[in-house]
Amino acid sequence: MTVSEGPAGNPLLSVRQLTKYFGSFAACSGIDLDIAPGEIHALLGENGAGKSTLVKMLFGILEPSEGAILWNGKPAVIRSPSEARSLGIGMVFQHFSLFEALTVAENIALSLDPKISLAKISDEAAMLSQAYGLPLDPKAHVADLSVGERQRIEIVRALLQNPKLIILDEPTSVLTPQEADRLFETLFKLKAEGRSVLYISHRLEEVRRICDSATVLRHGKVTGTCDPKQETPASLARMMVGADVSDVSRGTGSQLGDVQIEVASLSVPARTPFAVPLRGIDMQVRAGEVLAIAGVAGNGQGELFDVLSGEHTVADNDAIRIRGNAVGKAGINARRLLGAGFVPEERHGHAAVSEMSLSDNLLLARSQPDRRALLSGGALSVIRHGAVRSAARRICEEMDVRKSGDDPAAGSLSGGNLQKFIVGRELDRQPVVLVVNQPTWGVDAGAASRIRQALVDLARAGSAVVVISQDLDEILEIATNIAVISEGRLSRSFAAGDLSLEKIGLMMGGIHDSTHSEAAHAH
Amino acid sequence: MLEAILLTVITAATPLVIAALGELVTERSGVLNLGVEGMMIMGAVVAFVATQTTGSPYIGVVAGITAGAAFSLLFGFLTLTLVANQVATGLALTILGLGLSGQIGESYVGQPGIKLQPINIPILGDIPFLGPLLFRQDLIFYLSIALVIGIHWFLFRSRTGLKMRAIGDNHSSAHALGINVIRTRYLAVMFGGACSGLAGAQLSLVYTPQWVENMAAGRGWIALALVVFASWRPLRVLAGGYLFGAVTIGQLHAQAFGIGIPSQFLSALPYVATIVVLIIISHNRRTTLINTPASLGKPFVPER
Repeated sequence: MTVSEGPAGNPLLSVRQLTKYFGSFAACSGIDLDIAPGEIHALLGENGAGKSTLVKMLFGILEPSEGAILWNGKPAVIRSPSEARSLGIGMVFQHFSLFEALTVAENIALSLDPKISLAKISDEAAMLSQAYGLPLDPKAHVADLSVGERQRIEIVRALLQNPKLIILDEPTSVLTPQEADRLFETLFKLKAEGRSVLYISHRLEEVRRICDSATVLRHGKVTGTCDPKQETPASLARMMVGADVSDVSRGTGSQLGDVQIEVASLSVPARTPFAVPLRGIDMQVRAGEVLAIAGVAGNGQGELFDVLSGEHTVADNDAIRIRGNAVGKAGINARRLLGAGFVPEERHGHAAVSEMSLSDNLLLARSQPDRRALLSGGALSVIRHGAVRSAARRICEEMDVRKSGDDPAAGSLSGGNLQKFIVGRELDRQPVVLVVNQPTWGVDAGAASRIRQALVDLARAGSAVVVISQDLDEILEIATNIAVISEGRLSRSFAAGDLSLEKIGLMMGGIHDSTHSEAAHAH
Repeated sequence: MLEAILLTVITAATPLVIAALGELVTERSGVLNLGVEGMMIMGAVVAFVATQTTGSPYIGVVAGITAGAAFSLLFGFLTLTLVANQVATGLALTILGLGLSGQIGESYVGQPGIKLQPINIPILGDIPFLGPLLFRQDLIFYLSIALVIGIHWFLFRSRTGLKMRAIGDNHSSAHALGINVIRTRYLAVMFGGACSGLAGAQLSLVYTPQWVENMAAGRGWIALALVVFASWRPLRVLAGGYLFGAVTIGQLHAQAFGIGIPSQFLSALPYVATIVVLIIISHNRRTTLINTPASLGKPFVPER
């Protein structure tokens, strides 16, 4: 791995020992980064690796705790986005802050000098969008535009200020492949003009295709600087996910029982232009097994969870079976009645109603048979508050949920504690099948290990557990079997002991073993 | 005959158009003020009292505008600074206005008022038929037309109007761009109040130059409905207001002729006709969506 210097030698932007603390937690720690003029520099890392924190410091949204930012070799203090803009840094955010009811030109005008007339802005925006291959009608209303077109507005808005460095935060996460190709052409044009691009992504193929150099972050630290074209997806993945695998006893996988949840050649078309279609998913999970599904974000994990949980039903009723019952067309409650439990990825507004108390959240997640103990009065369904509260209290004790007050609102708990409660809520039903999506995403280490332990214990007690996770450490810690999802295809499952990190990395990069030859990467 | 009828139509429509335009600006900034009726009646009583006291209906007009604006400031303070619920505060403002105006105007009930005299615009006023209709009118009519044009220009041509529409669409993003959401909303609320006050002054100085308790008679509510059915566009407010005025006057004449339709039905006709026509105009869901202020009625509390 070599530090790549741009042709000019002197970097446009240098970051030295940049550190950001949130309380005692270091989101970024001693980051070094050099961006040469006219290069596309990738910032690689998993979710939570510190990419966004670093970029926010560069754009003046967050103040660094320690370290220095050098612009053209001179120390720069960037206090606000407008100071960043006047230095010559433009930013295209992952989530756009556009006004739906206004036209493209009006949206751009709002962030510019009010003295420039709307007509002039329209002309300039039209010209820029022509020049950079970003087709855009200045008179169109944002409400009518696709996500890709909205992103173009943000890019044109950044370009109007003639920046020397453009930061793009996960730009392709919202784009269709065709839109992404268009974006890459624009980036090459910017590069040809001598502008630099800081390209944030966790998509290895993309980075190898368009970036001249890459800085890889993991847990807030730089784990490597390299020329991505000289690397393999596996070596990049290793830098991203790290090789420091902890030694934890896995389930043996020998005393597995009957198949509890089964998916047979399930294909689901993409529901939106930005969703991933599921292609020929085959999966079997037996009692006593923890099947971990690894994969880089946005490869169909959410879609797979939705069809497993019944949030989206599928046309072929036989494609999904829970304990032998065909449930493809059955809703969430019907699947719960068969003994399945589900923990979705989003805690707030999906797994829990933030404004409601823990006991209310418990009751809401209970279907008929489980609810009986919590209700009285027969058809009247009168809530037995005492019973619900004591059940909630039991779950909190079981999972060591730390909270203020006896029965606080779900939203007042920290992410880790709420996640422990949600997992505990499902475990309390003693599900025969448990499907969990990103069980410890954004959760502190203590809570994460408590949750992992609970999942392992559930499997040991004879349930089938499916864990969808991006965290390879977690997967290697708890899985008896591992499968990898990539571009909506699921590999066959391997015994956890048979897979090296290298091999998982390759599979995550889209290179499957020979049984899935059609899945070989298209690029 | 036709000319006389049209003149009464204009007089009936003008207060609706003015009050609705004011509310349109308020709502475009994302604030829902249901107190139009209350602000209007305050404008009416204060304009009348000021005119009786000073003898000048022009001072009355200014007093009515000021009263409406001042009364809306109360609403602004409660909803924007103290972040009270806009619907409840607006309703309270109406009830308060009705009571307070009755109190203020108690001793003026039945007094003959002073009418705001028409201003004859030279040359234009001599055009046959159109001249007397459009160019021998009072100040408030001229103001109402100027407001339609001015507000249309302001909202869709000026940068400040653009900022205001941006606030109405998404106050968080507007705040992030550095636009002062609360100050703009205060100004929009006060503009709405001033327009309601002016509409009230028209009632007690032009429409029926006297003070009668509760003389706004629901016009504030009609104005509120006009704004919605006109999908927040000033020119449609003008059309809707005149349609309502025309059907109101038309059905009065129909009742006078004694045609065999129950009078209750005829009285309901202006409401029905206006709503039907404006629904037909605004059937295009896309245009309606684009013009509806998305943050309407939502309180804004800046993050710190």
